[in-house]
Amino acid sequence: MMDAGRHPNITLLTYSEVEGVSGYLGNFTVRVRKKARYVKEDVCTGCGLCQEKCPFKVVDDVFEAGMAKRKIIYRPFGQAIPNIPVIDREHCVFFQKGKCGACKKLCPAGAIDFEQQDQLLDLNVGTIIVATGFALWDARKLSQYSFGKSPNIITGEQFERLSNAGGPTMGKILLANGKPPESVAIIHCVGSRDHNAHAYCSRFCCMYALKHAHLVRDKTGAQVYEYYMDMRTFGKGYEEFYQRVQEEGVTMVRGRGAEVQVLSDGKLRVKGEDANLGRLVITDVDMVVLCTAAEAQPDADRVAALFGLSRTADGFFAEAHPKLRPVETNTDGVFLAGCAQGPRDVPDTVAHAGAAASMALALLDKGEVTISPTTASVVAEECVGCGDCIPVCPYTAISRVDGKAKINAALCKGCGTCVATCPAGAIRALHFTDEQIVAQIEGVLAWA
Amino acid sequence: MGVEFEPRIVAFMCNWCTYAGADNAGVARLESPSNILPIRVMCSGRISPEMVLRAFRAGADGVLVMGCHLGDCHYSAGNHRTVKRMPLLQNLLGYVGVNPERLERVWVSASEAPRFVEVTKAFTDKIRQLGPLAQEVTE
Repeated sequence: MMDAGRHPNITLLTYSEVEGVSGYLGNFTVRVRKKARYVKEDVCTGCGLCQEKCPFKVVDDVFEAGMAKRKIIYRPFGQAIPNIPVIDREHCVFFQKGKCGACKKLCPAGAIDFEQQDQLLDLNVGTIIVATGFALWDARKLSQYSFGKSPNIITGEQFERLSNAGGPTMGKILLANGKPPESVAIIHCVGSRDHNAHAYCSRFCCMYALKHAHLVRDKTGAQVYEYYMDMRTFGKGYEEFYQRVQEEGVTMVRGRGAEVQVLSDGKLRVKGEDANLGRLVITDVDMVVLCTAAEAQPDADRVAALFGLSRTADGFFAEAHPKLRPVETNTDGVFLAGCAQGPRDVPDTVAHAGAAASMALALLDKGEVTISPTTASVVAEECVGCGDCIPVCPYTAISRVDGKAKINAALCKGCGTCVATCPAGAIRALHFTDEQIVAQIEGVLAWA
Repeated sequence: MGVEFEPRIVAFMCNWCTYAGADNAGVARLESPSNILPIRVMCSGRISPEMVLRAFRAGADGVLVMGCHLGDCHYSAGNHRTVKRMPLLQNLLGYVGVNPERLERVWVSASEAPRFVEVTKAFTDKIRQLGPLAQEVTE
């Protein structure tokens, strides 16, 4: 991350959003709204004094997954690049009530600027990589897991914060009352492989669930019950890790964790079927970890519309071909990387992103592209100059030159809408001419 | 006759949605009727009314015009043309003595392989019910 931030050929635009994309491969214009962070980036030294002195805090739902608070002027997390804070305008007392301004008074560099405005940048780029990641399924939607009814029912992401040395408990795995748990249940496939939620497998949960089990055993020695449907440890070294976790004394229960009940003494009762035993099993535990599904980002529809992407039935962005073109999209020059295309773990994401980067760079390095020969062209002698074709072209590739329609081959994508529209039949769709299509029709109907 | 009538159906499919959807149906080993005779075009907007008439004249018992859902068109709005053209053409078919039911415009996206199978099966069944076009149109 730091390398990307320092690289002379990489401009990082954090806290920014794409608002519009126009143009085509090699010549995209991307309109980016660089939101006002109310801190002058060129002046801020990243000393962190403002964060220290800001008197107000809110719950951090993003990085800390609701497990800890952050200041109103903050960086998303300790290693965030660039090392420049942002003011959360919605919660800032200065913006809401016009008082405070502690950060401005105390900043030794004078970098705080409450007057800063959003900036609109128009970037001219050759290729685009969409790497917008994924969201996590809201476990509240499946009420049988009682998520939200006890502070000791947490998601895998929240457990991640608990076990992190920089997290709210300094890496100690503790219950809400501050005591270490004596028993923990980890439930796989919450929202995945479930026809009431997502039908697909979220792919990376099995491995992190095993890691969580290992950490609980290692740090607390608590009894761990792992409720799984199938253990999908498909990667290199993964099955070996599964063996190791089993040897560490984790109890594996083969079957979906069906229900979590909060008992009156605060204990959590986990019910499920153990398919290996062929009977219902009930366990009372102190903590439940729900491995929630990965799903497409909530704004995936908007992003898809911006970049001209299509989406698969699961909501993730569609690749150009499921097997042979997993990185490209149907829009030339736009590539996909990581979980934006579908759930995948870290090594797979690194490989996917590497492929996207090299494909994007290869195009730029070559400096020229081979366009598809399926474009339309006007036979000038037959054109009557009515202009009906001009408004139907989605790419504004047609213009009227000397009273006749003229098609810019670089802009034309060959859809053929103009060909079907032309009342004079003066436009030919190369490789899809009327003669060719009619010959095909007659060909397929030739058998009697 | 004794032999059950098997209709011949020309299906125009756009390259980006329906053709890919049909391809995915194949990848997924879903069986679609062999009555469907695919003609690939870049966009459903390429299909002029003349093409459809040519297909009927060449002996098709039914014609399917298939493309992307509105808003999903690879070319932004090619299918907006289709959605206007086809009902008009259906009206005209009635005048020349062809049952307008024999022409249908359907959207099938690339991810809708099962829908492709569903739609093509339903249309094939419908045309099988209607019988051969030759019976209907008298010279």
